[in-house]
Amino acid sequence: MTNELIDFTLVSVALLGIGIYGLAVKRNFIRMLFAVEIIINAANLSLVAFGRFLPHSGGQTMALFSIAIAAAEVAVGLSLIIVAYRMYQNVDIADFRSLKG
Amino acid sequence: MADAAFLALTVITIGSAIAALELRSLIYGSIALMGTLGGIAGFFFLLDAPFVALFQLAVYVGSIAVLILFTVMLVKRELIFKKVEDKRRKFAGIGLMMVVMVGLGAVFLDSGIKTITTDEPPVDFRDIGTDFVTYYWPALILMGLILAGSVTGALVLAKREDVENDQRTN
Repeated sequence: MTNELIDFTLVSVALLGIGIYGLAVKRNFIRMLFAVEIIINAANLSLVAFGRFLPHSGGQTMALFSIAIAAAEVAVGLSLIIVAYRMYQNVDIADFRSLKG
Repeated sequence: MADAAFLALTVITIGSAIAALELRSLIYGSIALMGTLGGIAGFFFLLDAPFVALFQLAVYVGSIAVLILFTVMLVKRELIFKKVEDKRRKFAGIGLMMVVMVGLGAVFLDSGIKTITTDEPPVDFRDIGTDFVTYYWPALILMGLILAGSVTGALVLAKREDVENDQRTN
């Protein structure tokens, strides 16, 4: 293979950094969900890359599990957005004050 | 050394990830997110994992991104374009991002990962199927239950309580 493991790992680290930036800076519920998706994809990329270079089928199996669980997470996240939007007429998390513990 | 396809995919993936978070319109943002997810699928093809790549395309680009797009369309128009940002928080976020990238990147570059290369043939995707039905079968059943539970939960959460049945039919 011409591409090495470190190349894929660095792309994954870059995506993780962008995701963390999104989670820290954005105050929009939907954009925070975007950031979570980016972080999950960075993790999947690492799993498949390590699985390819070991080589072991476990990496791809775990990535498939992770994709399926992420689909469930997005379904719940989006329905929470819809409920919160219906209650507050906004998607800014600063407005969701009554959700504070 | 990375090849041209890898570099192109890197530019597409990272560029559209930044665009997804920074574009003013949430609709364009979710389309940019589709670019990121598609770019990751491209990386999976480069890693000789076509099964995972097609799964990624079907599940992420095909359903999750479209679901997000439809949710964005349910939100009021002015909220789609509204962008509230605190300058100090933004600089702190950029600092945090740089710390994560430089710190983790330095650790990985300094570690033994740099020397790992392989000439072995890729994993046969039939092995993944065997894994699923042999070693991971309890996890597979649990995953199915979690998926069913979460989709049902999502439907119950999003259900409108205030609309009566006769209003719904009109």
